[in-house]
Amino acid sequence: MRDLGAESEDLAPGAELMEGASTVLGLPDHRRREALSDLGRPLALGLFAAMARLRAFDERAVILQRQGVIGTYPTYFGEEAIQAGSVLALKDHDWLFPTYRQNSVVVLRGCPPEVPLLLWRGNPAGWHDVHRLHTAPVCVPVATNYPHAVGAAWGSRLLGEETVALAYGGDGSTSEGDFHEACNLAAVVGAPAIFLVTNNQWAISTPLRLQTRVERIADKASAYGMPGVRVDGFDVFACHLAVREAAARARRGDGPTLVEAVGYRLGPHGTADEPSLYRDPESARRWGPWEPLGRAAAALVDAGLASPEELGELRADAAAEMRQAGDRLQGFPLPSLEDVASRVYRETPWTLRRERLREPTYLEEG
Amino acid sequence: MPAGVTMVEAVGRALGQVLDDDPRAILLGEDIGVNGGVFRATAGLQARFGPDRVVDTPLSEAGFVGAAIGMCLVGLRPIVEIQFDAFVYPAFEQLASHAGRFRWRTNGAYGLPMVIRIPYGGGTKAPELHSDSPETLFSHTPGLRVVAPSDPLSAGEMLVAAAACGDPVIYMEPKRLYRRGRAEIPDRFQPSSLDRAQVVRPGADVAILAHGAMVEVALEAAERLADEGASVRVVDMRSLYPLDRETLLRTAREVGRVVVVHEAPRHSGVAAEVAAILQEEVADHLLAPVLRVTGMDMPFPLFQLEDQALPSVSRVVRTARAALEY
Ligand SMILES: Cc1ncc(C[n+]2csc(CCOP(=O)(O)OP(=O)(O)O)c2C)c(N)n1
Ligand SMILES: [Mg+2]
Repeated sequence: MRDLGAESEDLAPGAELMEGASTVLGLPDHRRREALSDLGRPLALGLFAAMARLRAFDERAVILQRQGVIGTYPTYFGEEAIQAGSVLALKDHDWLFPTYRQNSVVVLRGCPPEVPLLLWRGNPAGWHDVHRLHTAPVCVPVATNYPHAVGAAWGSRLLGEETVALAYGGDGSTSEGDFHEACNLAAVVGAPAIFLVTNNQWAISTPLRLQTRVERIADKASAYGMPGVRVDGFDVFACHLAVREAAARARRGDGPTLVEAVGYRLGPHGTADEPSLYRDPESARRWGPWEPLGRAAAALVDAGLASPEELGELRADAAAEMRQAGDRLQGFPLPSLEDVASRVYRETPWTLRRERLREPTYLEEG
Repeated sequence: MPAGVTMVEAVGRALGQVLDDDPRAILLGEDIGVNGGVFRATAGLQARFGPDRVVDTPLSEAGFVGAAIGMCLVGLRPIVEIQFDAFVYPAFEQLASHAGRFRWRTNGAYGLPMVIRIPYGGGTKAPELHSDSPETLFSHTPGLRVVAPSDPLSAGEMLVAAAACGDPVIYMEPKRLYRRGRAEIPDRFQPSSLDRAQVVRPGADVAILAHGAMVEVALEAAERLADEGASVRVVDMRSLYPLDRETLLRTAREVGRVVVVHEAPRHSGVAAEVAAILQEEVADHLLAPVLRVTGMDMPFPLFQLEDQALPSVSRVVRTARAALEY
């Protein structure tokens, strides 16, 4: 009945899917240990700690959704390596352009975790400080953030600054026109941009094979005359190095890079999604061992860079941080609708002024 | 199990009927196949009609809406699902620059028999850009018809009519009503008129005009006003382009006091057009200014504030009272 994209062997985890993907964790033991000590303990542990915070945020958000404290929520369980690896590969003044799926990367830039949680609670206090954090607001319409990153990168270059801009997206996003226009524009003008595509094999219920007929999203880069690289998206060290290299290229003036982080969407699309309707639950289970925190922890311990206790403590601290952030949500002040209406234009036109909104046809009370 | 079907089930049945009746009909959209669409409107249809007639497209609204136009040229009759209201924006160019102009470009000879289904509107506690009411963008775009049902039966009848129409129809589905109530439906939907409003409650003192999810709000407001002794007529506009001029004028002549309700922002909204037509054509019969209860001229607020932003029963009641006391 459904030939294309039906569940099949090649969705099973295996080396072939990661073919051509750079890896640290997949190296032979001695080379992996070497690579990790080259990174150095502070950075290696920093990457782990960042993943632990993202994981704790995600787990807390799912709990809060079940409790009805926040609304529908797009979990990113399993994609922490891509997010933590990339944020830590950039400088604080570089720009990030996250989607709903990277909704808490701002936390790694110093934003209090209750802020992104409040966004999913539907409170305008959930909009983070874009200019302080050099992170664009969470982007919901798929692929529309790519051109923004191009403009930020290109514009910074025109201003003589050394700023890199990184846009996140998914496998599905590469089917939208905005992705292609952004790639082309960035390459033509040599913008110091990075397109970091998380290939988790699924766009809601649509498998990769119904999305594109290239086997590797990184191959799309060649159509625009820019390098395309693949990286194991479950390997935080490899993700970090791949983005660091792309950023170095960009800063050298060598233009944009497309980075494909290969992985698998281990969870549902979001809390309202029911994957058993369209994919074999077995496949997510089989991908389970690739889960990035466990893999990183094992490698760090093996390389003698950390003890299990130390890593456990990092995770416990992160869990406590996010639990406390969640506890702050319920009493969090909600601005009035009139206040929000005054935040749409620099000079509020009469259509949104207080007097107008207190006319009987608008006013709720009374 | 309660009798009857929900609106979203009625949409699915109507789509099944169209696919059954017409081998040229084809459904396009994101996640509409095995998953049955994110709202399950197309649940079971791919199993019944196969992946060539119920097509999971790549994530590419401009692409598949544009492709629907091309399909029309070779004789197919595509029905496209947009996943959520705001995600029609990437396809806007195809609709405005091509879909609405095709018959005109062929001097009236060839139309595009396509339907664009758009689940729309607020009140579902959804994230940003999942609660927009973009109908005015299309009612302001020449060459497109724009309709919105408000109950399961009208949803089915209008959808089969839209599929048979022969010109592009923007079919706005008020998603907040998808599972609200159930209604008995016939074995087959008979196509209804696509450009007629419907009086859904008779009344003589004040008329409330609404479409989509706001019809329910208008009916509740009418009930409350009835407790105060007012006789309230409620008109489901159903067609936003063209407007049912005849029903609008008759309503104004017979009732004299008119309130128009919509979720979309007020400025240049459908209510503005209604008010303009009434003052142009039946000013003498108006006993009060035409009043509007609408969304605000701002991005639809994040959902903790949405109940305050959406037209509510109390706002409609208060506005209708103002019309009555004018
Ligand atoms: C323009 C647009 N169309 C449709 C949607 C609805 N939608 C939200 S996420 C999604 C799938 C995205 O898949 P992918 O790009 O692979 O990212 P992932 O969700 O896997 O992170 C869809 C269709 C949207 N947000 N924007
Ligand atoms: Mg994906």
